[in-house]
Amino acid sequence: MIKNFLIALVLASFVYMFYHLYESYEPQTELSGIAAHYAENGAKEVGAANLVTAVVVAYRGFDTMGEVTILFLTASIIGFFLKLSKIDEEKVIIHHGTSELLITASQILIPIIFLFGAYVFMNGHLTPGGGFQGGAIIASGVALSIMANPNREINHHAILWIESISGISFVIIGVLGIVLAGGFLDVRLFGVGEFGDLFSAGAIPIIYSFIGLKVGAEISNILNKYQKSQKEL
Amino acid sequence: MNNELIYAVLAIGVGILAIIMAIIAILNDKLSISVIAGGVVSLFASIIFLLMAAPDVAMTEAAIGSGLSTLIFFYVLNKIKKYND
Repeated sequence: MIKNFLIALVLASFVYMFYHLYESYEPQTELSGIAAHYAENGAKEVGAANLVTAVVVAYRGFDTMGEVTILFLTASIIGFFLKLSKIDEEKVIIHHGTSELLITASQILIPIIFLFGAYVFMNGHLTPGGGFQGGAIIASGVALSIMANPNREINHHAILWIESISGISFVIIGVLGIVLAGGFLDVRLFGVGEFGDLFSAGAIPIIYSFIGLKVGAEISNILNKYQKSQKEL
Repeated sequence: MNNELIYAVLAIGVGILAIIMAIIAILNDKLSISVIAGGVVSLFASIIFLLMAAPDVAMTEAAIGSGLSTLIFFYVLNKIKKYND
């Protein structure tokens, strides 16, 4: 009784809070402030056809670096808590067999999914998507391969190296921005290039490729840890 | 009929479906069905994001929300079941 009353009280206070937001909300008819600046000068200053990418990598590059670091921290914490002992590593996952359909489909689909992920992060400055999306798509390919074969071993060293090298390269490109361009993570290292080309928008395609590899490796690592936690005699 | 109206009707329809799935996820007694319903909510949410012209958010939602997190939930569910047995 008291529990239900408290739940109702919390809900009522939420309604009260959000009703004020709703009441004072006025839809804007045109962009204002910094958004107008991005929309007007984004294409000229950064050269990215996808304005979201221009904001995420160029204008707000430092935030992106923080997000990548948070993801790395998450992967490390999960790895810390799901660490297996030497004896447990030798065990296998017991399962009741995987369906033939899933195995055959995974063999055809996994290369295509990986290719699509690479396409998404390499074309992040031209088409929707980018490093995080491409990395997540690659990780979902890894998830499909784990589902098709629950005992599949994912090469831990490869993941570790890809992740570390991408992270370090991201920071090195950021530092190069101080030397060659206007400041830390300035993407105009070697000019902006032709608007709409694959090799345009300065260092955005390179940075996004590294972010994509890093995110893909980290999420694959998390999946690998969860997969290994299922091991038993 | 103009495009905006079609998009609005579609978005409202998918939103209602998402709410129904969310209610199923809360009220169902079997945890595995709840997890699947939660994944379907994410899938519908990604369709809504696509209709609202945010394809990059839709991609993230579809890959992480309905793909990877559902898989991780099932791994955890499996682990809990083994401890309870």
